[in-house]
Amino acid sequence: MNFPSAWVTALLIAAAVVSPTLADQGDVREHVLANGMKIIVMEDHRAPTVASMVWYRAGSMDESSGATGVAHVLEHMMFKGTKGNAPDMFARTIAAAGGRDNAFTNRDYTAYFQQLHKSKLPLALALEADRMQNLVLSGDEFAKEIKVVMEERRLRTEDQPRALLFEQMMAVAYTGSPYKWPIIGWMNDLENMKVEDARAWYDRWYTPNNAALVVVGDVDPQEVFRVAEEKFGPIPSRELPGRKPQVEPAQRGIKRLVVKGPGELPYLLMGWHVPVLRDLEQDWEPYALSMLVGVLDGSDAARLDRTLVKEARIAVSAGASYDSVNRGPGMFFMDGVPAPGTSVAELEAALRAALRKVVDDGVSEEELKRVKAQVIASQVFQRDSIFYQAMQMGMLNTVGLPYDSTDLQLRKLREVTADQVREVARKYFVDDSLTVAVLDPQSVAPRAAAPAN
Amino acid sequence: MTTIALPARATLPIDTWQLDNGARVYFVENRALPMIDVSVDFPAGSGRDTKAASGLAGMTLGLMRLGAGGLTESQIAERLADVGAQLGSRFDADRAGYSMRTLSSATEREQALELLAQVLQAPSFAAAVLEREKARQVAGLREAAIKPESIAERAFATALYRDHPYGLRSSGEIDTVSKLTVDQLKTFYADHYYANRAIVAIIGDLSRDEADAIAHRLTDKLPHASNGVPPLAPVLPLKASVARDIEHPASQSHILMGAPGLKRNDPDYFPLFVGNYILGGGGFASRLVEEVRQKRGLAYSSYSFFAPYAELGPFQIGLQTRKEQAQEALGVVRETLKRYVDEGPTEQELQAAKQNLVGGFPLRIDSNRKIHDYLAIIGFYNLPLDYLDRFVANIEAVTVEQVRDAFRRRVHPDLMVTVVVGGPTKVQ
Repeated sequence: MNFPSAWVTALLIAAAVVSPTLADQGDVREHVLANGMKIIVMEDHRAPTVASMVWYRAGSMDESSGATGVAHVLEHMMFKGTKGNAPDMFARTIAAAGGRDNAFTNRDYTAYFQQLHKSKLPLALALEADRMQNLVLSGDEFAKEIKVVMEERRLRTEDQPRALLFEQMMAVAYTGSPYKWPIIGWMNDLENMKVEDARAWYDRWYTPNNAALVVVGDVDPQEVFRVAEEKFGPIPSRELPGRKPQVEPAQRGIKRLVVKGPGELPYLLMGWHVPVLRDLEQDWEPYALSMLVGVLDGSDAARLDRTLVKEARIAVSAGASYDSVNRGPGMFFMDGVPAPGTSVAELEAALRAALRKVVDDGVSEEELKRVKAQVIASQVFQRDSIFYQAMQMGMLNTVGLPYDSTDLQLRKLREVTADQVREVARKYFVDDSLTVAVLDPQSVAPRAAAPAN
Repeated sequence: MTTIALPARATLPIDTWQLDNGARVYFVENRALPMIDVSVDFPAGSGRDTKAASGLAGMTLGLMRLGAGGLTESQIAERLADVGAQLGSRFDADRAGYSMRTLSSATEREQALELLAQVLQAPSFAAAVLEREKARQVAGLREAAIKPESIAERAFATALYRDHPYGLRSSGEIDTVSKLTVDQLKTFYADHYYANRAIVAIIGDLSRDEADAIAHRLTDKLPHASNGVPPLAPVLPLKASVARDIEHPASQSHILMGAPGLKRNDPDYFPLFVGNYILGGGGFASRLVEEVRQKRGLAYSSYSFFAPYAELGPFQIGLQTRKEQAQEALGVVRETLKRYVDEGPTEQELQAAKQNLVGGFPLRIDSNRKIHDYLAIIGFYNLPLDYLDRFVANIEAVTVEQVRDAFRRRVHPDLMVTVVVGGPTKVQ
């Protein structure tokens, strides 16, 4: 299936081993158009295909109260026709060219991509350039599409107790940061959204100086620059509105919340405020936090699965995750499902004890070495996917980090010491910055109505 | 970068041979990246389960990595992690097996492959591990039992397949999983994991000789079956429509509709595959998305697919919509399907479908991962070795008449399983 979607990395409660990197990456070339649009090209000649992505530095964190979800709604509307192309012609044209296309919205960005034969890249770039400047945004199309988005919210959030819990958790854990809003938006905001809201969003953020084109595949960088210049070059830049820092005020005490939802199993989610990467060379804490995730949850051999699931058997599952690449603030998550006979409180105590053990006893050289081995191997494995490589570069660039910094990030990860892991655990896993969210399952007995005729 | 050319229509250099132990090997050499993907599959999927011991096939596969060759599950996990190797499993109605992705450097590869060899050939099936995994699985099944999408899938598969094992849930049922014993797992393993039924698929940074040695290492210690793979029972067509209406408090209704569909080696494979792209497989280019989503805003996702298996896999249409409008959406789906079966696609639709499927062919084989998946399928289902080379020609040969004819013979809008979970909807 092929649908524009809020590709919600916010729901990555599963383990994220380490921050994204691309060591030993292929040759990367950059060119900046006169209008400010950055073009990033990586050659990969293994197959005659290409992954092409346009990234806008505008995500749900750039929204305002009362209009949450508009970034994602506009993503949907970007498929709904331009002055020269009827609604849905974008997708149909890419499909007829043998391509696949989709888009995703996150807190930090909105991105649009095509995967196609290399000969079709100019077509994809022409279509992207067209919708960057000529979107129609008709009231009729909006009226239908906002209903689609509300169905998407029902599907992914309203009827998904853990997603609801996560949404509520973010709303409680953050006070001043726009990360407190769900990417897809509050239902009431969607119900009251107007096509003018989408128009205002488009006018504000969809300008070449707020965009980057990332192309990975069987291409000649100079040729890509030439075509990009031809398609995107004529689009005038516009002044971007100022962005307020909206720094999250310090939390001063533990926060707790409970969400009730249909289910059989309780679910526990804990989050601590932690830093993210801002200076790849000078920072060390985010790298240490990434290594800590690896020690706790980087593989089947990691601590949480081994101790809580396999040995003590007090959890059906237990995990840790941390994303070091964000425009906004960082959060370190731990989560788990208690085994039958274990209470949520006992699981919480066990997860806290796992962190306490890191603070008290540190981590072993063997564990660190193991995580580093996985980091190194995954650098190679990732190169099997041109799409993934384009994703990584687009994300880093959008967040404001050097997209060709993989070797540096890999080196910094390998330099992390056991003492540093212990130090970040000691410094950041304090109750005053902790939010604990619990899903309280409400049993529902589905019952079959009489079979219809 | 080193390159391997995998152009749109040139031959993919698949090498295949059979070991003296009977295992069949499918191999592509690709030196572009210093890594290897290898998998070994067996005809040991959930289609080999019985109703009384549903979940046995999956549990057997799952336990194999949790203790083997004298190593505990933790030792296996640690040794894998030490070399950065990724061990994965594949499990569906037909196939059960393990796959490994490892660096091709000597130390890493040696350690990773040794672990895979032990997992495949010397699993220990420890009782304590089984008890824990049963408890975890039952917990998951309890949770699934109240999720509308799981409820819908269960009701759908049960009505579609009746007594055929394809109708069994791959993860089993609460009461059957609870009763599984170590003896059952050992017996199932002994009865299904034979060298001469193994399909070994390998791609990456190694020579044919090295691939051959690896294939031996992964299968030589498996027993030899004296008979061929026991055939699965054929899936019988529906005798009457089935309508199931299941109430649920969720905000959306989950609608599934379908019937037994097609086989891997089906003479109608390409007409149905191309035809389904137009009906509901082609995203925004498909009729179901156009009618349900684009014209009416009734759902985020609406689709149809044929899942091909050794015997008839499901033909399935699905969508989720606010429950108050479930009846309307169901009506739209029915009307769309009926019209499509009655009239077939237009010439223009068929051309658009071919343009996508033919033009997009390079995307199907542009990574080791994707080629590896094809190797495993070609091997397991005995597809022609030039299956990928002929893929484009097979698509291009499909005509409007063939699609219409195949759909009329194979898809009967008046003979369908329809499941609605949510309600209150009166399925009629």
